[in-house]
Amino acid sequence: MGKQRVKLTFVGNLVKDPVIYQLGRDFKIVTNIRRADVQEDMGWVMLELDGEDAEIRRGLAWVRTTGVRVDLVSGDVIEG
Amino acid sequence: MDFTQGLKCRECAREYPGEALNVCDYCFGPLEVIYDYSTIAEVISRDRIAQGPLSIWRYKDLLPADSTDPVDINAGYTPLLKARNLGKKLGLRNLYIKNDSVNPSFSFKDRVVSVAATKAVEFGFDTLACASTGNLACSVAAHAARAGIRSVVFIPSDLERGKVIGAAVYGPTMVSVEGNYDEVNRLCSEVADNYHWAFVNINMRPYYAEGSKTLGYEVAEQLGWRLPDHVVIPSASGAMFTKIWKGFNELACLGLLEGVASASFGPDQNTVHHPAVVTRMHLTQAAGCSPIVTAWNSGQTHVLPVRPNTVAKSLAIGNPADGIYALRVLKVSEGTAYAVPEPDVAEGIKLLAETEGIFTETAGGVVISGLKHLAESGAIKPDDLAVAYITGNGLKTLEVVSDTVNPLRIKPSMRAFEAALKEHNQRAAGNGGSL
Ligand SMILES: Cc1ncc(COP(=O)(O)O)c(C=O)c1O
Ligand SMILES: [Zn+2]
Repeated sequence: MGKQRVKLTFVGNLVKDPVIYQLGRDFKIVTNIRRADVQEDMGWVMLELDGEDAEIRRGLAWVRTTGVRVDLVSGDVIEG
Repeated sequence: MDFTQGLKCRECAREYPGEALNVCDYCFGPLEVIYDYSTIAEVISRDRIAQGPLSIWRYKDLLPADSTDPVDINAGYTPLLKARNLGKKLGLRNLYIKNDSVNPSFSFKDRVVSVAATKAVEFGFDTLACASTGNLACSVAAHAARAGIRSVVFIPSDLERGKVIGAAVYGPTMVSVEGNYDEVNRLCSEVADNYHWAFVNINMRPYYAEGSKTLGYEVAEQLGWRLPDHVVIPSASGAMFTKIWKGFNELACLGLLEGVASASFGPDQNTVHHPAVVTRMHLTQAAGCSPIVTAWNSGQTHVLPVRPNTVAKSLAIGNPADGIYALRVLKVSEGTAYAVPEPDVAEGIKLLAETEGIFTETAGGVVISGLKHLAESGAIKPDDLAVAYITGNGLKTLEVVSDTVNPLRIKPSMRAFEAALKEHNQRAAGNGGSL
């Protein structure tokens, strides 16, 4: 079991899709929203995921297929 | 000793002890260092700073680390040059170049890494680490060598040879990761979670980022404790941009600027704005990775991540940690943000080299082309005092300007030389110049 922190970014119509609900329903992952800012045509959600590492990896791979971006909560760590 | 009072979340204001932490456990917001400014105000003075070493450590009272024995390879105190030739070309009579390309490992990263390394040693870490495509790797490896501790640097496997050598020579453990940008990012964040190492821009980030404030202090000191009307800055994560602004405001609030009365820092140290600080902050990125500029131009308050595709590799951060805070600084300083077209990056490098004899890397090319745009559009007026920050050295990105190599090829005889010279001068005269 492990916890992972991610930032999901939604643009356009994706804002209306229940991606986080489906992530919790279709994978053995507990989702916990810590902070969010969702506007009409874009939004982001800071999320903590709790589950087996492999399951979280599968879940996030699915999220990416929906067009939602998955990033690190603290921004990119690879710098110039 | 230092004058810090722990860490505080920028978003929810929860407080944390001054440890190796960078993200708030509750809201995942970034943590920032908190200072005891009232004690700092009692000890700090221009004289005390002037008596300090000729490095960033002259501003030790405003840095978040115990400075009795810093990890110091002499970062900072770099030249501020009046740029008469470039100024003439751009129609600016008060243009200055802050030449940070002459730092010990040839970029401004020495400022931030010196602070992070000092703090890492203070915390008792035995390993300094980072993920980098160039400048940061060099600086981390160099400072770890100086501190006598191990360094581990993660690099993408397709990194240019010159950059790899520039870091490898200091003897780090180098990990070349076969994967794309996102994969390297994810791996390094996972390693940072699982190893008790000082990752300079992850668990050490609150301390690390503060090092960039010295770029603001130095320019003010070198201008005779005054602030410029404009600064032009290259941005990747946006950290340097926000910290230069913070540095200006700290100096003002502490009463260190000429003719400016001290003022209270108020409840939020990170957003403090002294009314006497009217420097307009200009942010520049290369068009192929310009998420902060895009957000500013479309009036957004948050930054949509992008996948970087730019010649300015040192500025290639698609998901900038401090993007939203940079947007706020743009707003309060009435600044501007500009995305430099990709071909103009190399043009900017050449323009600075040909006019001022300073050879910068792509980040500097972005700044100079951005500056040109600001002068041409009238955002910077002819008599305004403007400072362009040149943050990295041209020897790091030779390939970008390899088309400048175009020698006269001759046989080893005087006759051949004279003929070639004559032809060259005729061609140059046709182009409006001569040898
Ligand atoms: C030469 C150079 N200039 C500027 C920057 C941008 O700094 P920041 O990430 O603080 O915006 C970087 C690296 O990130 C750099 O290597
Ligand atoms: Zn918080």
